[in-house]
Amino acid sequence: MSEIDAGMIATEVASEVSDPDGRIEIGRARLRKEDARLVTGQTNWTDNIQLPGMVHMAVLRSPMAHAKILRVDVSAALARPGVFAAYSGADLAAEQGSLPCAWPVTADMKQPPHPPLAVDEVRYVGDGVAVVVARDRYAAADALEAIEVDYEPLPAVVDMEEALTDKVLVHTDAGTNRCFTWPFANGDYDAVAKQADVVVKRRFIQQRLIPTAMEPRGVVVTPLPASEEYTVYSTTQIPHILRLMLAMVTGTPEQKLRVIAPDVGGGFGSKLNVYAEEVLALLVARRLGRPVKWTESRSEGYQATIHGRDQIQDIEVAAKSDGTLLGLKVELMADLGAYLQLVTPGVPILGAFMFNAIYKMQAYSFTCHGVFTTKTPTDAYRGAGRPEATFGVERIMDELAAELGMDPMELRKKNWISHDEFPYETIAGLTYDSGNYEAATAKAMELFDYDGLRREQQQRRESNDPVQLGIGISTFTEMCGLAPSRVLGTLSYGAGGWEAASIRMLPTGKVEVVTGTAPHGQGHVTAWSQIAADALGVPFEDVEVVHSDTRAAPQGMDTYGSRSLVVGGVAVHLACGKVVEKARRVAAHLLEAAEGDVDFAGGTFSVKGSPEASLPIQQIALATFAGHNLPDGMEPTLNSDYVMDPENFSFPHGTHLCAVDIDTETGFPTIRKYVAVDDVGKVINPMIVEGQVHGGLAQGIAQALYEEAVYDAEGNLTTGSMVDYYVPSAADLPHFTTDRTETPATSNPLGVKGVGEAGTIASTPAVVNAIVDALRPRGINDVRMPCSPERIWRALQGGTS
Amino acid sequence: MTRIRMTVDGVSYDDDVEPRLLLVHYLRDRLGRTGTPIGCDTSNCGACTVDLDGKAVKSCSVLAVQVDGSVVTTIQGLAGDGPSGAWHPVQKAFHEKHALQCGYCTPGMIMAAVDLLRDNPAPTERDVREGLEGNLCRCTGYQNIVEAVLQAAAELKGATR
Repeated sequence: MSEIDAGMIATEVASEVSDPDGRIEIGRARLRKEDARLVTGQTNWTDNIQLPGMVHMAVLRSPMAHAKILRVDVSAALARPGVFAAYSGADLAAEQGSLPCAWPVTADMKQPPHPPLAVDEVRYVGDGVAVVVARDRYAAADALEAIEVDYEPLPAVVDMEEALTDKVLVHTDAGTNRCFTWPFANGDYDAVAKQADVVVKRRFIQQRLIPTAMEPRGVVVTPLPASEEYTVYSTTQIPHILRLMLAMVTGTPEQKLRVIAPDVGGGFGSKLNVYAEEVLALLVARRLGRPVKWTESRSEGYQATIHGRDQIQDIEVAAKSDGTLLGLKVELMADLGAYLQLVTPGVPILGAFMFNAIYKMQAYSFTCHGVFTTKTPTDAYRGAGRPEATFGVERIMDELAAELGMDPMELRKKNWISHDEFPYETIAGLTYDSGNYEAATAKAMELFDYDGLRREQQQRRESNDPVQLGIGISTFTEMCGLAPSRVLGTLSYGAGGWEAASIRMLPTGKVEVVTGTAPHGQGHVTAWSQIAADALGVPFEDVEVVHSDTRAAPQGMDTYGSRSLVVGGVAVHLACGKVVEKARRVAAHLLEAAEGDVDFAGGTFSVKGSPEASLPIQQIALATFAGHNLPDGMEPTLNSDYVMDPENFSFPHGTHLCAVDIDTETGFPTIRKYVAVDDVGKVINPMIVEGQVHGGLAQGIAQALYEEAVYDAEGNLTTGSMVDYYVPSAADLPHFTTDRTETPATSNPLGVKGVGEAGTIASTPAVVNAIVDALRPRGINDVRMPCSPERIWRALQGGTS
Repeated sequence: MTRIRMTVDGVSYDDDVEPRLLLVHYLRDRLGRTGTPIGCDTSNCGACTVDLDGKAVKSCSVLAVQVDGSVVTTIQGLAGDGPSGAWHPVQKAFHEKHALQCGYCTPGMIMAAVDLLRDNPAPTERDVREGLEGNLCRCTGYQNIVEAVLQAAAELKGATR
């Protein structure tokens, strides 16, 4: 077996940009700085942490979807060897507070208390009832078995429409299961529907999904009892928000709390939350004065970590006979589960701004009803509200095309915003800054051979081939880069949408970039190094990125909503600009020139007209550190901060095309070709962007074909482990053809747009549209997701899908 | 308690363990070999894959006592000696083909790929996809993982020619 010297390992794949000197970093497919540790196992996952005196916490969870707690007896658990403590909800009631929801979407929204451990009543299978603390994870698991709980069963309510009858109340004190109703309207939909030649109405189901980040959740809390300080290590996407929320929930002074997200193994929204176990571990560490660790098992996490999606969408579209869209009406029911987690109510509301998608119309009406059920709470899952909306609109566009007898791509072209209409104010009130749907679509159709595949489809239909071909389209856009703080304010969100960056110029000329983003797979260390290297003219290798520790990177709004680059990366760029301006002042002083006469290029300051009078930025850094000879009144530092509050959302877009072969005898669908052309504006690192698209596609395709969280009528999660919940493997997914068009964003100085969620948002309707397209000659106009072979086969037999 | 003896990443250990202790917990909690992570509790995800006497196994599905007398290699023992020792071609290919994002599945994915290439030194794309069916990744969509394994196969083939 050959072994390769580590020094020979390449640092870059073939470059895409024209840059003969090799000095421009932005646009280069730099290999990741993150990888060396990760491919050799030198990792720092939360569960790796072992500390002297550390004890393990385990949570006893309700086996019932809905019940009164009559008695919790932890005495037998306490009597077991190696057990330090055991607490019921009642034991902690005075100090555990209520888990936060930061997004009260309406003034009259029902926000029931959400105790980390249930005290009187459990409301979903997996609701925490008691905790034990023992010397190791095995002893803790044993002790859980010894806790006795008496329940008085109450009826479960798992179906949203049934829940809306209020016959069974999830929260008696709320008086209703309707958490909120959130309406939006622009134009008079009913009036345009009256003028329409055709009105198409459909009900689509967005099934419930389980995010399944590969790293299960965990938390470690180390207390310093004498000074009442706590360090919280958590598998979180949001160390900064978590610190604030833990302070507010537990009453711990904020300055005494330090939150660290060490290596975090994926999130996809599931770690964008403040969880019961984070609060409980803090309370237990405070009581015991010992480091406490909790790590979920996967099956436990399937109950106790948030789920995603879960909507019933009633959608109506009105159009003229030539295909001109007149209006769109959307009535949503969103299953919130049993409690509100951090942004639960806001997720479906984000869809309000996306159902209209890239299309022009005269009237738009949106209503969302948030509904409590006795199930695991839902919250943000990759795309959060926007995949659901994109699915609904891209599916109904295909249905409208079928009704009109038009090619679905022609229908889209007739109605989309054309490239010369940007900036464009949409019917939902957003201003799309830039886009070119024509260019992305033309490229995708060529890569896909759209016309050729349509011809083949026709032939197969005519020959009654047992394998039928379907072609699915998704011409999507999305809003991301969360978000302008003022807009979040108008949506009643509890915080802003800015991001912070600090640049530390070290005396040796090396650079520390401190970012408020919290990467967990996205490659920020590499991409931020590229941004800083260009802005400061320093080598890529000389930049270190510091993140995800509230003491080292004290200000941040963290990573979610495809915001990190368009807010946090831009903040890095702008903070570097402030460093350069400070350095220019020092350079001018040292070069005895006027500041206005000093140019900066490639890391060197030089005097206009006399290039021999020059100083590299590294030398300026050392001179500033020494402070011996600085301009009068100047602070001896080049370090600079920038807090970026974006002026607008980011609107990536693209055209995805999917060809599915369906064996009509077995119902088995095979993705034969998948083409994704995405426009994410300027690209910092094309390799990382492509990776984000691949992963997004996999998750979106998984919703279309494989995944569903299923509950039985009693509220049991029957897909409660990886055995039953079908996360696709390499064997289940196709090779993707990806490409890009590049229409720079005009809302930030780098011209960049978000990319993290695009693939997930676009792909689900592309796949389902392809399946329905294959089956439409058989009179089928929908297949419920996931479109399993069985569901397709049943549809083909004329039954319900 | 049962006495076991095994070699892990080149170091021999002699320990008393509970018979129910899983190999992965022995590696992580007793030996501090935390490079091997745990991703599930049903043997589906493969994150904990290690090499046991020349075969890839999911270390969550093996009891430590079953491994008595065996040689275990984890991701931390795959590269050459020392923390910056020479990488295995599969490790190198994962880096060069951007076959990892969060990196949580990566140790198991690499160990499974090494085993796959031992059994089938010249796999097709389909062979790789099916050969890695027992290892789940949530970040990459697998495309770059497949390409990395094919690249490593080509490199290993060149090295043995």
